[in-house]
Amino acid sequence: MKKILLGNEAIVKAALAAGVQFVSGYPGCPSAEIGDIIGKVAKENGIYAEWSTNEKTGLEAGIGASFSGLKVLVNMKSFGINVCSDSLFPLAYTGTKGAMVIFVGDDPGCHSSAQSEQDSRGYAYLGKIPVLEPSDPQECYDFTMLGFEISEKFNVPVILRATTRVAHQRSPVNFGERKPGIRPIGEFIKNPRQFSTMPPRTMEMKNELLEKLEKVRQFAEKSKANKVSKRKNKTGIIASGISYLHVLEALETMGLDLPVLKLSFFYPFPKKIVANFIKDKKSILVAEELDPYLEKEITALAKDTNLKLNIFGKNVLPGTGELNSEKICVALSKITGKKFVNNKSPALNLPKRSARLCDGCPYWYIFPVLKRVAPDAIFGGDIGCNMIAGLPPHNMHDTLFSMGASLGISHGIKKSTNQKVISMMGDGTFFHSGIPALVNAVYNRSNPLVVVLDNRITAMTGHQVNPGMGKTLMGDIVEEVKIEDIAKACGVKNIKVLDPINAQDFEMAIKEFLVKDEVSIIICKRICALLARRQKNG
Amino acid sequence: MDKTFNIIIAGVGGQGIITLLQVMDEAAFVEGFDIKSSELHGLSQRGGSVEAHIRFGKKVYSPMVSNGSADLILALEALEGLRESSKAGKQTKILVNEYFLPFLNSPAKEDIIKQLGETKKDFYLVSASKDCKEKLQNEIVCTLYLLGYAVVKKLLPLKKESVLRAIKNVIPEKYLDLNIKAFELGYGN
Ligand SMILES: Cc1ncc(C[n+]2csc(CCOP(=O)(O)OP(=O)(O)O)c2C)c(N)n1
Repeated sequence: MKKILLGNEAIVKAALAAGVQFVSGYPGCPSAEIGDIIGKVAKENGIYAEWSTNEKTGLEAGIGASFSGLKVLVNMKSFGINVCSDSLFPLAYTGTKGAMVIFVGDDPGCHSSAQSEQDSRGYAYLGKIPVLEPSDPQECYDFTMLGFEISEKFNVPVILRATTRVAHQRSPVNFGERKPGIRPIGEFIKNPRQFSTMPPRTMEMKNELLEKLEKVRQFAEKSKANKVSKRKNKTGIIASGISYLHVLEALETMGLDLPVLKLSFFYPFPKKIVANFIKDKKSILVAEELDPYLEKEITALAKDTNLKLNIFGKNVLPGTGELNSEKICVALSKITGKKFVNNKSPALNLPKRSARLCDGCPYWYIFPVLKRVAPDAIFGGDIGCNMIAGLPPHNMHDTLFSMGASLGISHGIKKSTNQKVISMMGDGTFFHSGIPALVNAVYNRSNPLVVVLDNRITAMTGHQVNPGMGKTLMGDIVEEVKIEDIAKACGVKNIKVLDPINAQDFEMAIKEFLVKDEVSIIICKRICALLARRQKNG
Repeated sequence: MDKTFNIIIAGVGGQGIITLLQVMDEAAFVEGFDIKSSELHGLSQRGGSVEAHIRFGKKVYSPMVSNGSADLILALEALEGLRESSKAGKQTKILVNEYFLPFLNSPAKEDIIKQLGETKKDFYLVSASKDCKEKLQNEIVCTLYLLGYAVVKKLLPLKKESVLRAIKNVIPEKYLDLNIKAFELGYGN
């Protein structure tokens, strides 16, 4: 079949066609559609699918499934790999049993990410895990298939790394159908030699992994996923991911006929292909977004194979923000001397339109009250629609880091000062990583005030279920996990659950709790306005 | 059509940009073109400025429209239309919904419209939101109205039949009638 698909839809189609049986992960931008779509079709296709509480539990669920022989897809955004890395590295050592592809969505340009402009490809080196980089939805499809193939052949997990402009790109995709009769039932056959990283096995496992990676490298050297164009010229371009498409565009714009090597295997690095490509060149442009990983590999390789090669990369292309065809044209113009006129007219000096809270958003009843009642407080901001508190007209965030960090940092400030500190955290974030921070604050006798913005869903990433809702990704009804019960069990003494629309109750609770010597928590429970509207409209 | 056709859709997160993009992608697909488009999700969908890019033709590489190369800028909101107009080139046509979503420190609507007129581009101002609200009691389908207008005025090389088929392929049954009506309303304008 051929249809227009979003990159993430193409990944789902491939996983279905490849016979995936188990899907776990945690939502984020630009990866969330993968879980969202799988959730809708899981039951009819004999798949078990879940939104896990965070990326670590998500990956670990996938590991258990793989060890039981199932075919697994794990999905997350860039920062998710930081969260799950503690289990990711040993997974490389044990290897997989059932094939496993891990999707990681990076967001160059930080369109929908605070925190950092992370280039997750770096984890390939730290974790020693093969990484594939698609450029368009067709490659999202093909490389998901390829990822499963590699994982099956070499018993390694494979990371499929896409950026926003690939995961959220649409174009026509050829795809196949799922075979009937697949079910998510495996068998765990005990084999601690493979599944347990107890030393001294650990060191043996590392050596085994290095041997496997050498085999994957040989596979990569022969793979058609890396593409070399036939053109001949002393100047060439090596590109990966979305940059490859920008390069083709730029060559057309400038009427240049330069040879291009597209590297789809980021790791292990296919040395021979690259050595072959650069051996007769005078100059090379390495077109990669964000960090110069490929550039460094190529520079090292050129020392052995072509000492005189001029390597251009981050000296002509920015390492911050997205690339586009104009930036490539400018770089090519510097390298080839061919003129390029940028059509850019000066940007108009218009005020920025920032993201804002939706009409009727429950947070409208929270942020202004907090600001008014505690004007001197330090506000620990967190991830989610909560981030909008950091934008005008609220401008309330004194810190913004990673999920759950509002409380972790608030505790540190509280211990270091005599100031009032309020940590604001969404319900999804509370379940994701707020709980350890809460235990830490209670245990170490700190006294920040935690305000949980419980809008009854994980909203920002597109309305995914979480443990507080009493519903799973596959639509099953389960018992609600109550934030107040968890807080109580963690030893929090001052707990209030209220609807923030009752401004007086909320105000009184803030005043009362701000002077307490122990950790306090106010759970502001009111449904996300978009969700409420959607439920009403069916 | 020899040259790739380039469209930038501009608007405010929540205005239905992605649905419009899907319909346009599908219409180009129905006509047998190669297509690449790019959109943004997440934070930007929460009421911030949003732009999406669509390119179709014989063979398309990058999903992004480069500066100055848009053939059509379709803006669902006036200020966002003005903002995008800085990316226009000589050939660019600008179609703007006469609809304004003000925010803290935003310029006045009259100034925005005036500045748009001064861009010296092929510029069309259409009261899509207003018409849809009055005649269909629904503002969000102004996207399809604008598409209808763009098709009838030949601001983009897509046929009416292809767009109607695309609407049927993309829009859920429940909202199909409303969307077709909005398209026809814009087409008949
Ligand atoms: C480790 C990590 N995983 C995922 C994300 C993506 N993310 C951004 S906002 C958000 C939603 C948080 O949900 P919640 O705390 O319920 O807040 P809401 O958006 O509902 O206000 C998530 C998961 C992230 N930033 N970091």
